[in-house]
Amino acid sequence: MAKYLLLKHYRGAPAPVNDICMDQWTPQEISDHVQFMNDFAARLEKTGEFVEGLALAPEGTWVRYDGEGRPPVTDGPFAETKDLIAGWMVIDVDTYERALELAGELSAAPGAGGKPIHEWLELRPLLTAHPTVTE
Amino acid sequence: MNEALLRSLTPSVLAILVRRGADFAAAEDAVQDALVEAVRVWPADQPRDPKGWLVTVAWRRFLDATRADTARRRREDLADEEPAPGPAPAVDDTLQLYFLCSHPSLTPSSAVALTLRAVGGLTTRQIAEAYLVPEATMAQRISRAKRTVSTVRFDQPGDVATVLRVLYLVFNEGYSGDVDLAAEAIRLTRQLAAGIDHPEVAGLLALMLLHHARRAARTAPDGSLVPLAEQDRGRWDTGAIAEGVEILQRALARDRLGEFQAQAAIAALHADAPTAEETDWVQIVEWYDELAGLTDSPVVRLNRAVAVGEADGPRAGLAALAELTDSLPRHTAVAAYLHERDGDLETAAHLYAEAAGKAPNLAERDHLTRQAARLNARLRG
Repeated sequence: MAKYLLLKHYRGAPAPVNDICMDQWTPQEISDHVQFMNDFAARLEKTGEFVEGLALAPEGTWVRYDGEGRPPVTDGPFAETKDLIAGWMVIDVDTYERALELAGELSAAPGAGGKPIHEWLELRPLLTAHPTVTE
Repeated sequence: MNEALLRSLTPSVLAILVRRGADFAAAEDAVQDALVEAVRVWPADQPRDPKGWLVTVAWRRFLDATRADTARRRREDLADEEPAPGPAPAVDDTLQLYFLCSHPSLTPSSAVALTLRAVGGLTTRQIAEAYLVPEATMAQRISRAKRTVSTVRFDQPGDVATVLRVLYLVFNEGYSGDVDLAAEAIRLTRQLAAGIDHPEVAGLLALMLLHHARRAARTAPDGSLVPLAEQDRGRWDTGAIAEGVEILQRALARDRLGEFQAQAAIAALHADAPTAEETDWVQIVEWYDELAGLTDSPVVRLNRAVAVGEADGPRAGLAALAELTDSLPRHTAVAAYLHERDGDLETAAHLYAEAAGKAPNLAERDHLTRQAARLNARLRG
């Protein structure tokens, strides 16, 4: 088994095929999309491949240490940064091929017109802390 | 087995151990052990005196743990003197536990965790699942909380207001995992109300019951939020409403108004309206004015703006809203709603989409996105 991170971007990913902003969908299309996402996670729970899924708010703050005794420096919201993560799902699957297959299915979530969004998802293998026995 | 009974006995059993001289942290561990043992043994062999059984087992666990701890002679001496059985259930002792677990030296998250474990009888694992943190993290939070209150004297009177804040926090968390935190908060508040005669305790209990009564109607089958005005009022729990209203009326009759009573009064006015259109918004605004006098919470003034919008029209609501800083959570969502009522669909759609981006949770985000979509569809159509 290996764990993979499926990253969904608000911004920074190549444009999807069905590229229409969500507030221009019909309410029913939004409901169908949410339902698809919930069903997808529920199905992976049943197959024993789901680890976690989380959504992120679009706005964040850049923070860094600014020296002893000083408050951290903050900047943001970072409107100008290129990449913006919307959320992620971690899956635990047997093979890389299975991870690709699931990412493909998730990318087919329905959008405007009830058609798949064809959204680009970023698939990243998680590093384990130790080498596994088979290595 | 009756888990509710088991958990309702938790605080008084713990209090008896502490009265016998066990320190709070060790007694609390011993009671947890006894609860686990009860879950294992009771289904086959339920004792006739459940509480006596728990006290006996917990006390034995406490002695075992203390004896094992050979480095601490003082405790061992104490443990060698088997005391007489504890006094009959003293309501005051349970009350002291509430005070201890919400002691002002604790952070809100620690107070919540400690209350759920020591007063609520939940396991660390259940609390961790409910708050979506690893069990080890929650275990640390609880043991740190126990250390923090270890020097607090058990017989010091506490502040009811801090207890109520903690219970309200638990209630507002909703639920995940197998523990229904809202129901648990109601149970704990009910237990508190039985032990102390205080109008604000009654007010909080009434508020919780009136909110909880609407829970089934608050979400659609697909999990999306249903706003108050669109809820199927036939699905409201009339039993809970009747109980909440009765508790509230008795509390208000004592003429010691507080924040929770005022909030409950507003919830009661909503519950009282057969349809959304028949809501007595004028009276609701009056209650918000009372509430604003009791607390300087900007959230209250935000909600008041909504009520003003219903009572005196959306323009009046927008005027009330304009007096508040737009950095308040849900300010944009309220502005969107009032602009829609005012007929300015374009502005409303834009604000709903903006509010979705600021939503603090998924359910609200999806709801606000749907509102934007609904208006955009109308504007196109």
